[in-house]
Formats: sequence, structure tokens, C-alpha cells
Amino acid sequence: MKRFTKLTAVIAVAVLVGSVVAQASASSARPKALGGENVEVAAVWSGAEQRSFKRVLDAFEEKTGASVTYTSTSDDIASVLEPRISGGDPPDVAMLPQPGLLNDFARSGSLQPIEDVAGAQVDKNYAPIWRELGTVDGQLYGVWFKGANKSLVWYNAKVFRDAGVKAADSYDQFVQDLQTISDFGITPLSVGAANGWTLTDIFENIYLAQAGPEKYDQLARHEIPWTDESVKQALRTMGQLFQSEFLAGGTTEALQTEFPQSVQNLFSKPPKAAVEIEADFVAGTVKGDTTAKVGKDAKFFPFPAIDGGEPPVVTGGDVAVLFKDSKGGKQLIKFLASPAAAEEWASAGGYISANKNVDPSSYADSTFRRIARLLTTSTNVRFDMSDQQPSAFGATDGQGEWQIFQNFLSNPSDVDGIAQQLETAATQAYAATTG
Amino acid sequence: MAEGPTQGGVDQVPPAAAAAGGRSVLAKREVPQEAPPRPPIVPPRRQHALGYNPRLALFFLLPALVLLGALMLYPIWYTIGRSLFDRAGDSFVGIDNYRRMFELDATRRAIRNNAIWVVSAPTLATGIGLVFAVLAERVRWQTAFKVAVFMPMAISLLAAGVIFRLVYEQDPDRGLANAVATSVVDAVRPPGELAGGRPSQPESVRSTGGGYETRRAFRPGSSVPIGLVAIPPDEIPSDAVRARSPARGGPGTLTGTVWVDFTRGGGGTPGVVDPTEQGLPGVKVEAIRAGDVAGSATTDPDGTFAVSGLDRSDSYRIALPSSNFREPYGGVTWLGPTLVTPSIIAAFLWVWIGFAMIVIGAGLAAIPREVLEAARTDGANEWQVFRRVTAPLLRPVLLVVLVTLVINVLKIFDLVFVIAPPSSQRDANVVALEMWRVSFGGARDQGLGSALSVLLFVLVVPAMIYNIRRLRADRA
Repeated sequence: MKRFTKLTAVIAVAVLVGSVVAQASASSARPKALGGENVEVAAVWSGAEQRSFKRVLDAFEEKTGASVTYTSTSDDIASVLEPRISGGDPPDVAMLPQPGLLNDFARSGSLQPIEDVAGAQVDKNYAPIWRELGTVDGQLYGVWFKGANKSLVWYNAKVFRDAGVKAADSYDQFVQDLQTISDFGITPLSVGAANGWTLTDIFENIYLAQAGPEKYDQLARHEIPWTDESVKQALRTMGQLFQSEFLAGGTTEALQTEFPQSVQNLFSKPPKAAVEIEADFVAGTVKGDTTAKVGKDAKFFPFPAIDGGEPPVVTGGDVAVLFKDSKGGKQLIKFLASPAAAEEWASAGGYISANKNVDPSSYADSTFRRIARLLTTSTNVRFDMSDQQPSAFGATDGQGEWQIFQNFLSNPSDVDGIAQQLETAATQAYAATTG
Repeated sequence: MAEGPTQGGVDQVPPAAAAAGGRSVLAKREVPQEAPPRPPIVPPRRQHALGYNPRLALFFLLPALVLLGALMLYPIWYTIGRSLFDRAGDSFVGIDNYRRMFELDATRRAIRNNAIWVVSAPTLATGIGLVFAVLAERVRWQTAFKVAVFMPMAISLLAAGVIFRLVYEQDPDRGLANAVATSVVDAVRPPGELAGGRPSQPESVRSTGGGYETRRAFRPGSSVPIGLVAIPPDEIPSDAVRARSPARGGPGTLTGTVWVDFTRGGGGTPGVVDPTEQGLPGVKVEAIRAGDVAGSATTDPDGTFAVSGLDRSDSYRIALPSSNFREPYGGVTWLGPTLVTPSIIAAFLWVWIGFAMIVIGAGLAAIPREVLEAARTDGANEWQVFRRVTAPLLRPVLLVVLVTLVINVLKIFDLVFVIAPPSSQRDANVVALEMWRVSFGGARDQGLGSALSVLLFVLVVPAMIYNIRRLRADRA
């Protein structure tokens, strides 16, 4: 027994020494800028997304010689980062899913400005809005590495064919198409209204398309009240969708349906619905939870224009920020701002980048290539409004916007009452965060 | 005194010691100067609270005290302190968080729901557990029965929550509860063949509360087209064939077609029987004169019908009675705003009745048989035996079960968190869930969150004290 352990130990030591020597000789053969440097990066991604992001990090390691540790924080990244910041040991780089967090961390002085590191890259590769979104109090802190396009209308291609309906190019046409699909015998619209965010996404698309980007920004900053006529008009427009005969399972069942289920409704047999207004990540749910093929059975068209305006593009995404003033961290931020990093994930699929210099041919499939093109070429792009608001108002189950839009779904005729509820909740939430 | 909690813990010993003989106070003060005292050879007459050698006892207690301090006392103390500070933890706000707690709609609702839980769940679980325990004593397969009822205790509450989330799904194809409810209701009251259907031309066919009727009246001999839309493609009867416009009926006969007025792929004209459109067989059609049914017919596979035997001088409206259109029962919205809390309580009962039953069963087994026999000999019936003898003797056991469940229910979190869909979370909210939502769920207001956990602590304390008292009394 003892002999064995001794033998194992000897072998282990031999292997270790061997590998160290091998590594040393390899790195000495081709010296790299960050050899021996350790970089830690934290993000919410797990599973397939984590694997894809690892490809990006591998490319970085390959290029610089640094070794990167990836920490998956699961959904609530703030509650992982905050204790580590107060403990003085944050990761070098983190990917934040909301601009609100970027603001919080920047204002509390936890972030390193990255103007010198990646400012030039950001100007070269991104539309100005992304610089603004990464800037707090005049300082650039973040690079929007992963983009999202929330202005898509996904549909069951077979139902559209059978019902004789095509991709709508105006909102009025869209509502008329819903009526046609309803006549055909399928409740047209699937809404995962158990999750309030699906409803805020629809509202934001309508508001951006109808009221325009300037009003959108004002409302996002609560510079105009939610009782503004433009909000009421958007609510009335949204109400056209929320007729009980349009909603899969009717109003009550829609409120009990969570997002993954709402996607499955489109491709169940027989289909329970035909259309869903949601972001690019619907493709992932279609792949994972249904037998439908994206691009063949499941297609999309961009959210249509309203009253002859410009089609909206509501975006989301993840922003890379730098917590430590480390050489490796800075290089990683710079790398993430480059087209090469984005192309790495694009080729793995399930990803779009707001980086306009990404080679379109690097996208794994035509669906994501088209979604990315919509994002980088549109001139009516705005970031998800609810993500920019205090989360008590814009992003909490059972209160604020999420709850009130659920109320609206149950009673779409009460436009004035809903606008008032939104204004009251917004006022409270903004007062709580500033006061 | 600027001492840590552990030191404080030690300090509390001397008064008790002093009462018991005053030895250790002296010992403690003198230790630094003098050599360590030898263990007493002759045991003192009266026993010290910490045994014969308090210092040794303390030494052995130290690990437990340190752990207790670090894991229990310090967190409690810290939470109480934190609850007096604002969201970020920078500025002292006094009892502001506590005031806000009772003003906020969400918290008030959570407290109210907790009250509903505390009143209903433990009593129901104890009551049903008692019934099961008493009945189980009399069945032959009592072990099998007890194992079956106790089984859910082996499942974590989280897993039980996931199970019941599925059971309560609204869609009868997925949710067990609604699958049962809809099968029963639909069997009693079968849904119509044309459920969901509506006329393609509302301008010529109007709704009559469930069914439909032509707006104008027709004379026998004419032909009436009734186009319907919104009939699910997979629910068109399989014997349907292409729709046909009927020939005009003879004298005393009204003819017509009931068909799906929707051309697949688009392009049809509403109100016209287009070439590829399908007839609707088996639809009941009535001819109405002045509110009375004057004749009826059923459609053929091509959708045509002929109502004969009508008076040629009169005119009739054609009606499709509501039995054709009756919607299938959609099931109960178990997790909607009104039913969500009772539904979750039912899930809790499923898990905890087994516990109540087993503990009460053990209590029952301990009741001396002679007492029961005596009561029966005196002529008491079974109900009287139970009411006057068994129940009073079981009282202490019932209280144990009840108090244990009350403590359990006060801090209920997992079941509510898992079962309630996000849209009903507000209606199902309880204090522990609200604490989590406030602290981590979005607002990240840990001041208010701490205040809520202090509230929870205060609510649990009476039950705890009661339990400890009872334990002491048992020992005495």
C-alpha cells in the first residue's frame, strides 16, 4: 500500500516537473505579452453560453498567453460581486447584464475608467449610442460585448402559410393579420405574461416606434410623466393586441404562462398560437424546448413601424467592465471591444454583437446574421427601458411596471387608470433610489 | 464593558454561581495572581450551576459558545443593527424601515397572508393528521397506509413545490388538477362541435347569447348561406367534404349551407362558398318563427341542410343553437390571485400531514387501553370515547404538533417561491419571501430586508418560548 502511494507520488512529481518544463520551453519559444498573468472574469452565463464564451476566452489566452479563470455567478450577479468588492477582491473583469448596475458600480467608485484602454476601439467599432450606454458622468466604463435585439416577431411558418398571412410591414397590417389567423381558427398571439418583462418589451417596442427616440429617452429618465399623452396613446395601441380572442388560452391563461411555455405554444401540435413578440433568445428556446427548426418552422420579421414611422430596435445586452487596474484585465477589455472576440462567439451561434465591424460571414446561421444586421444598421435603436429604470419599478416581480402591465393585460380598456398607476409607482421608485 | 459576545457569555455565569455559593466569583478574581486551584478533593455540599469545576466546564463549553456566538448571536445582532440603516447601509435611519414595512402594500399583504397560513395550515394539518391517525389504527393495512401518507415527508419542500407547480398548471394537457376538473365537467356538459366558431359575416348573422341567428327572415324556397370562421383546423370533423351551395328547396323547405368560410392560404371571399372551403357536417340547424322552433335539420358532410314542413306563407330566421358552440371547460385558475394561497397551503398539507399523523399515532399508542375499555364498559359510544377520553389525553401531543407546524409555517418560503408564478407572487407573498424579494430580488434594500427578518424573528419567538417551557415542564 505504502509503496503504491510512494510510486504515485513520484510519478505525479515527474509529470508535474515535465509539464512545467514543457510549458516553460513552449512559452520561451514564443514569448507572449501576458505570459503568467492571471485574469478572472465573472458573468451570468452558464451551460451553452458559458461554453461559447470560453471560446472567446481561449482565443484571448492563445493571443496573449494570459490564463483566464471564468466564474459563473448565476442570474444574480450583483449579489455575488458586492461582497467581493467590499472584501477588496473583485474579479478583474465582469459582464453586467444591466446599465443600472454599471451606473451603481461606477458611482460607488468600484470601476476603472477604460477610455485609454478601449476608447478608440469603441469609437471605431460601435455606433455612438453604445458609447453613451457605457459612459457614466462623462467617463467611459463599459464595452457592450454582447447585444440583444428585442424587436422581433417570431411566428410559426406553417400557420402563416395556411392562413395566407405574410410578414407584416406595418402595425395596422399586423393587427389585421392577427384577425385573419384568429379567423383561421388559431388564437394568434402567445404572450408569456406570467413574466412581466415580456410585457414591458412589447410596450417599449410600441412606444419607441410611435413616440420616437427622444420621447423614449425622456420617459426612460422619468423626465416626462407616465401620464403623458404619448404613453396613453402607446397603451391604446398595445390594447389592440390584448383582446381575449387574440391571446392563446385567453387573458387568464396568458397571465399563468411563463416565457418558455409561451414559445412552446407556437410549435405544439396542434399549435396553440402562431405569433410571439420577443427577443433573439427565442431561437434558443425553440432549439432547446421544441422540435421546430429555426429558420424553417420558426421564422421572424422585424417589429413593424407604426403610423409610417421608423421600425424600432429595442436592445439589451451585457457590458464588460473593469474592476481591477490589472494589465491582464485591461487587455481583455480591449480584446472584447475588437471584432475578433465577437466573431469567435458569433461562429458558435446564439449571439449577436452590436460591433458593426464584425464580419457578417462569421455568424453561424443566417437567422442571427439578419438579427445582427437589424441591430447594427437601424437608426432607431434604444436600450431596453425597464433595464434603465430603478429595478423596484422596472424589474421586480409583483410590483412596478411588471405588475401594472399585467393588470393592463387583464383590463386593456383602462388606459387612464394604468397610466396613473405607472406614474405613481415610478415616482415612488425614483424617490427611493435618490433619497 | 467593552467585551465581545463570547466574553459577555462568560460574564453571565458569576451571578448564577454567586447564588449557588459564591465560589467561582472569588476564584475568577484571584486566578491571575495565584496558582491554578486544584480540583476539590471533597465535593462541596451544594452543586454549582456549572458542575464541580466551572472553569473546566467552561473550557468544554467554549467551542459550543464560540459557534453559537458566531453563527447565531452575531448574525442576530448584526441583522438588528442593519435594520436601522438605509438601503446602502451608510446612514442611520432609526425605526424608519419598520415604519415603512407596515406602510408598504406588499409587506402588509405578506403579513396578512402569513396570518392566513398560521391560522389554517397547522390546524388543518393537525386535524387531518389526527383523523388519519385514529382511522389508521383500525384499518388492516395500517402500515402501508401510514407509509403512503408519510412518504411526501421524504421529499424536500422545493421538490414538492416543483411537483405542485405542474399539478396546478392551467393547461389541462399539462396540469393534473385541471385535467381532472375538465374531464369531469366536459363529461357532464359536453362541449359543442363548433366551439370557438363565429359567423364570418356578423352583419347578416347575429349572436344570441351562445348561439347565432340570421338577422333577416327567409321564406321557404330560399337558400341561406351561414359561413363560420375561427374553427380550429384540427377540429373540423373528419367526414367533412367540400362545401356546396344547395339547390333552392321546394315549397315548404328552407335550404342552406353551414361551412368554414376560410380559404386556406388566403384569397376567399367572405359569405361566398369558395371552391376549396369545407362543409361542416352534423351541425344542428333550426328554423325560428316568432321565437319558436318551427323545424330543424342536421347538416350533411358538404354542410348543406334542408328544413322541411314549413308554412310557405311565413318567413323564418335560421338559427344555430348554442349547444353547437359551447366552449370546453377551461379548468380552474389554481394559481390565479384568488386561489393561489389556498392551493399552496394544500401542497403544504400534502407534505406535512404525514408528520402530524405519525406523531399523533405515537401519542395514541401510549394511551392506556384500560381507560378506553373502562369508558366503553360504562356505555360510551365511539364518538364519546374519542371526544371525552382520547382527545384530552392527546392534548399535549396535539400541542407539540401544532406549535412545531406554526414555527414551520411562519418561516414558509420555498413552497410559495416555487409554486406561485411570477404574476401571482404578489398575491401569494409571505413575510419570508418578501424579505428575500426586498433584500435580493431587485430593490436590494437590505435595510428593509433586515427589518423584515427581525419581524419574522419576533413572530417566531413566542412559539419558541412556549416550546422550551413545555420541554422544561416535561423534564421536571
